[in-house]
Amino acid sequence: MVEMVTRPYASAFESYAVQHPEVLALSADLTSSVEIDGFRDRHPDQFLSMGMAEQNMLSFAGGLGLAGFRPFIHTFGVFLYRRPYDQLMASVAYPRRKVRLMGFLPGITTPGGMTHQAIEDISVMRTIPNMTVLETGDATEVEGIVEAADSIDGPVYCRVLRGSVPRLFDSPFRLGEIRVLSEGTDVLVITAGITTEEAIRARGALDKAGVSVRHLHLSTLKPFDAEAIVAHAASVTHGVITLENHLVAGGIGSMTAEALAEAGLGKKLIRLGLQDTYAHGGSRPYLMNYYGLDAIALVRGIERLMGIETGIDEGALEAVRVDAVHSSVKAEAL
Amino acid sequence: MAGDLPLRNDKSTEEVALGIRRRVFEHTIRNNGGYLSQACSAAEQLAFLYNEALHLGEPTMPMIPPPFGGVPSADNPGYVTGAGYNGPFEPQYDRLFIAPAHYALVAYATLIETGRMAPEGLEMFNKDGSSVEMIGAEHSPGMEVHNGTLGIGLSTGAGLAWGRRRNGDAGDVCVFMSDGEVQEGQTWEAVQAAAHHGIDNLWAIMDVNRQQCDGAMDDVMRVGDIRQKFIDFGAACIEIDGHDLEAMRQAKAEKHEGKPLIILAYTSPTQGMPILERRFPRLHYVRFKSEDERAEYNQAIAAELGIAPIDYSH
Repeated sequence: MVEMVTRPYASAFESYAVQHPEVLALSADLTSSVEIDGFRDRHPDQFLSMGMAEQNMLSFAGGLGLAGFRPFIHTFGVFLYRRPYDQLMASVAYPRRKVRLMGFLPGITTPGGMTHQAIEDISVMRTIPNMTVLETGDATEVEGIVEAADSIDGPVYCRVLRGSVPRLFDSPFRLGEIRVLSEGTDVLVITAGITTEEAIRARGALDKAGVSVRHLHLSTLKPFDAEAIVAHAASVTHGVITLENHLVAGGIGSMTAEALAEAGLGKKLIRLGLQDTYAHGGSRPYLMNYYGLDAIALVRGIERLMGIETGIDEGALEAVRVDAVHSSVKAEAL
Repeated sequence: MAGDLPLRNDKSTEEVALGIRRRVFEHTIRNNGGYLSQACSAAEQLAFLYNEALHLGEPTMPMIPPPFGGVPSADNPGYVTGAGYNGPFEPQYDRLFIAPAHYALVAYATLIETGRMAPEGLEMFNKDGSSVEMIGAEHSPGMEVHNGTLGIGLSTGAGLAWGRRRNGDAGDVCVFMSDGEVQEGQTWEAVQAAAHHGIDNLWAIMDVNRQQCDGAMDDVMRVGDIRQKFIDFGAACIEIDGHDLEAMRQAKAEKHEGKPLIILAYTSPTQGMPILERRFPRLHYVRFKSEDERAEYNQAIAAELGIAPIDYSH
């Protein structure tokens, strides 16, 4: 079975922050929900409770940055940019403050419905000049994102997974590095965050069906390595599929489309993800299936791209899950 | 250049305030428009801040402002803000944020009057390629952060003040505010946060001229008893006549341990230029409707300020 890690962010943040006194934890009344309640209790001098007041929190963090501190703002991703967008722009992004925006519950990883689901955060954040955008796809990346984010000379937005998180990778988070999880030749599959595990699930069945998949996992979304994406896309026969826990507009699908178009590479592209729709509240597996973000959606997308029938059904995916996840730990070192 | 600066008390604060009104008036007549009423209401406050209240070092920037040097980016390592006009960013010195960035013209005039910028700087106002922008940008002289959207200044000041206190800096953080900002919820978020965290190296002086872009504040959005609101949100708050420098000095001396101090400076948007009362309540940006009107205001205000009318014909 895949190893499940409990609250990897909590321990990673604490062990890093205690070594760096200029790192501060800011929280807006969601302290236990973003796993820094233990840090608050053990290190109150490095913790600032900002209350339910995100506009002030963003500008205040800009002031802390001006004073030489590196505030980590912890809240749900949506609350970092929807209400306080003006403050994010003027107080954080424009002056390149070293503010680390730790956005929990990315996409449909929350049953909280529209108000809690950050489904357009990547599209918003990547268009902001000076902003870096990172996303975590497993426990290893969650453990590594604190130090990776804090190494950036400017503001950074991170999609962070909380709670029980699978460990898919055994090599650490490296800024700007694309993880090549398989090196097939038929189709290029690009995933990030929680959709990577789905693609890994699908890959075993696809292998058995004779479909050769080249699979990339992205953890640095901006800057986007367009050159590498284009090279991978050029190396496959049938085209490219992106699968993202986000609207297809403005996210990884859009970034890939821009890269292919600018390079003049005429490959078909299918963008899987939320299709110009809000989501509603529900469990993660239910929502991923309902909105077509899961392994079976990827299989159907590949069939459409290649014009084939693989014969793969949900049962086949369940059967290969354990093996596939195991193999991924090794596969990522390819 | 810095060594040739006049000492900050070479001029009395009253003289600096008069000089601010004269410069902004001259600029407004020459350019057939300007933020003139803000000079009327805020001249004493900005003169007080720069001439006596703030502990500022000598400017680190050239007296004649450099042209626009690009926005902050990883590709622009030479980027600097306008903070250097307020002196070096060192622990012992105070910092000043001009929260209503449309007061920039008045702030630039103050820099000139206090020997921190050459008069040529005002000639660059709102010219393409200049850093002396109409709405003060982060890179404009005397501006330390972007404040063009109203309501963000006090929050940023509170964050900076918290950090400076943690660093053990002796310098305070001062925010010059406008009363329209109390319509923004963020102002109240900032006050409650500063009070909650006991941030008392932070103070603000607010130009309560009861004017905003659409006109008189009471017609646009009534804000009630803002002194009581500031106190209820946890600040120390004092009301003064914003043209009375002695009252300003006393208010600044007020003890405010464990909380920020907000000085509400009640002002007239036509102070020193009573002919502007004719335009009430349309005072946010003074633009003349005709050459006759421009000439009439030129004559009248020049007389009120004790100078010759401005020759703008060339």
